Amino acid sequence: MGFYDHFTVWPSEALSRRIRSVSDGDVRRVLNKHRLSPADMLCLLSPAAESHLETLAHKAHALTIAQFGRTMVLFTPLYLSNYCTNGCQYCSFSRDNRIERRKLNYDEVETEAQAIAASGLKHILILTGDAPAIASVEYIADCCRVLARYFTAIGLEVYALTEVEYRYLIWAGVDSLTIYQETYNESLYANLHPKGPKRDYRFRLDAPDRACRAGMRAVNVGALLGLSDWRQEAFFTMLHASYLQDRYPETEIGVSLPRIRPHVGGFQPAFQVEDRHIVQIMTALRLFMPRVGITISTRESAWFRDRILPLGATRMSAGSCTAVGGHTEGDQGTGQFEISDERSVPEMAAMLRASGWQAVYEDWHGLARVKAPLGRLKHRQISPSSQTVDAVTL
Amino acid sequence: MTPIFSEDQLTIGGRAFDTRLLIGTGKYPSDDMIPIIIDASGSRIITVALRRVDLAAHTDNVMQHIPDYMQLLPNTSGARNADEAVRIARLARASGCGDWIKIEVIPDNRHLLPDGHETLLATEILVKEGFVVLPYTNADPVLARQLENAGAAAVMPLGAPIGSNRGLTTREMLQIIIDDIHVPVVVDAGIGKPSQACEAMEMGADACLVNTAIASAGDPVAMAGAFAAAVRAGRAAFLAGTGAVNTAAAASSPLTGFLYE
Repeated sequence: MGFYDHFTVWPSEALSRRIRSVSDGDVRRVLNKHRLSPADMLCLLSPAAESHLETLAHKAHALTIAQFGRTMVLFTPLYLSNYCTNGCQYCSFSRDNRIERRKLNYDEVETEAQAIAASGLKHILILTGDAPAIASVEYIADCCRVLARYFTAIGLEVYALTEVEYRYLIWAGVDSLTIYQETYNESLYANLHPKGPKRDYRFRLDAPDRACRAGMRAVNVGALLGLSDWRQEAFFTMLHASYLQDRYPETEIGVSLPRIRPHVGGFQPAFQVEDRHIVQIMTALRLFMPRVGITISTRESAWFRDRILPLGATRMSAGSCTAVGGHTEGDQGTGQFEISDERSVPEMAAMLRASGWQAVYEDWHGLARVKAPLGRLKHRQISPSSQTVDAVTL
Repeated sequence: MTPIFSEDQLTIGGRAFDTRLLIGTGKYPSDDMIPIIIDASGSRIITVALRRVDLAAHTDNVMQHIPDYMQLLPNTSGARNADEAVRIARLARASGCGDWIKIEVIPDNRHLLPDGHETLLATEILVKEGFVVLPYTNADPVLARQLENAGAAAVMPLGAPIGSNRGLTTREMLQIIIDDIHVPVVVDAGIGKPSQACEAMEMGADACLVNTAIASAGDPVAMAGAFAAAVRAGRAAFLAGTGAVNTAAAASSPLTGFLYE
């Protein structure tokens, strides 16, 4: 039984009714509980909980300090390729958008790596569009072998892979996976992803399971906030994280809270997610899962990121650029989306220090890296149904 | 720092220490605080997560803040099994962090509880490789005995889940370990207040390791001093011999009085 069966027991309309029926007394009762059930967490996401944000914040702060201390792991994204076969309506990389397409060669990957490593960062997050024929798994693995010379931890944020492919990339040096479901609303997902392999909702939904089974050290899930009702998306994201942590206790499960940002194509988000909503989600998440990692990216403004430091975040990106080659050449208008917080790594570290937080550059040394050549993967074979995708063998 | 009993030293791995408080380096807002915490705590043994050490030392690094006179105790934080713990230990030694290693094998990110079986496997391997091994474990007397037999230099049972500040929730099992194990017993994890460290020492623990309770205190420096005092007081009480605790009042009508009639 995968997560799909786990979360479809919460039909959207019933969930909506339940969120709106939560009373002030329900919220107070949950705030006094030691361990929260999904139904309790739902109370904290309700409109009724909005008047308890200060209490939520204090509890979330205390839990975060006890579990993680006053530390923040810093990382930056590195875009390897923006070729894409999908038509995601909210993304600049959509195949329908006329932007300059580019894939870094290995020398360019090394140049970008040198520029990023010079800032002191040791954790890197690599990204590609969804075009396996161009930015193949083997290409990503070869990039990892270059990056392993500069970084102690390599995160992966690419198209959904098979279990074997995840294992292959772990051997190449990948430690963690970030993959957003974008929206847990299945019919909305179908509308927003009209073409390309990403249309397969179940294959993407099960990707975190496959990564955990492959032995990924850390797996980060999330929904793109603004596409749908944020209360429901936050609820399903937390349910997903909790499901993964229960099923794969050896994997560090994390949650990202990305808000949709302006991009090429002009898609307008259907739902407005305000700062106070992000605060409500983050603090509810901390109370529901005290140990979970929470990532806040440069999608958020410097002003907002500075103020939510104490509320539960454990990882932040810095010195970000969402364009291929952007760390050495800047963004020539081909980024995936516009970032908001444009501070450099030293500027972020200085802000953290001034706020009484320690910037952590290194939180893991890759152990699983295989020195010998990995060989090639056999043909990529993904069936529309996610049931048979793991039949591919090396 | 002057010990209360000058002959009362903690000996681990052939090295003697006048202090019985071990400290950590995690969760501080700045590594600059580490030397100040060392001074305030009087500690001479400090544990460092190797995962956070920049082995290439290109950036500001926790190791630069630890004085040479400290006994470094690298730990294998992040290891999920014996194999990873062994690899991290070897990496620590190869990078100049010495032969001491605190084994942490934690396959459960929900509660951060250690895996006894994998910890024992890693201990057996690393002892053979000449490491001074201090395994962090659940408060399991049988496992503690197995670790002692495998050559552990000390055992480090938890008082409560790591970072929980809940105190000695494993008290009964800790007492058995303290009573039965011949290598030093260092109570690690869960100690949230100086009174709890004092209690562990009164029970006869050889030392306490405290990190979260100091690092997350409102005033970490003052809290480091408070823990130092509590550990000294608890040790002094243990050596002085605490009075027996009676669970029932003394009978006013003796049951064996007839023997003397």
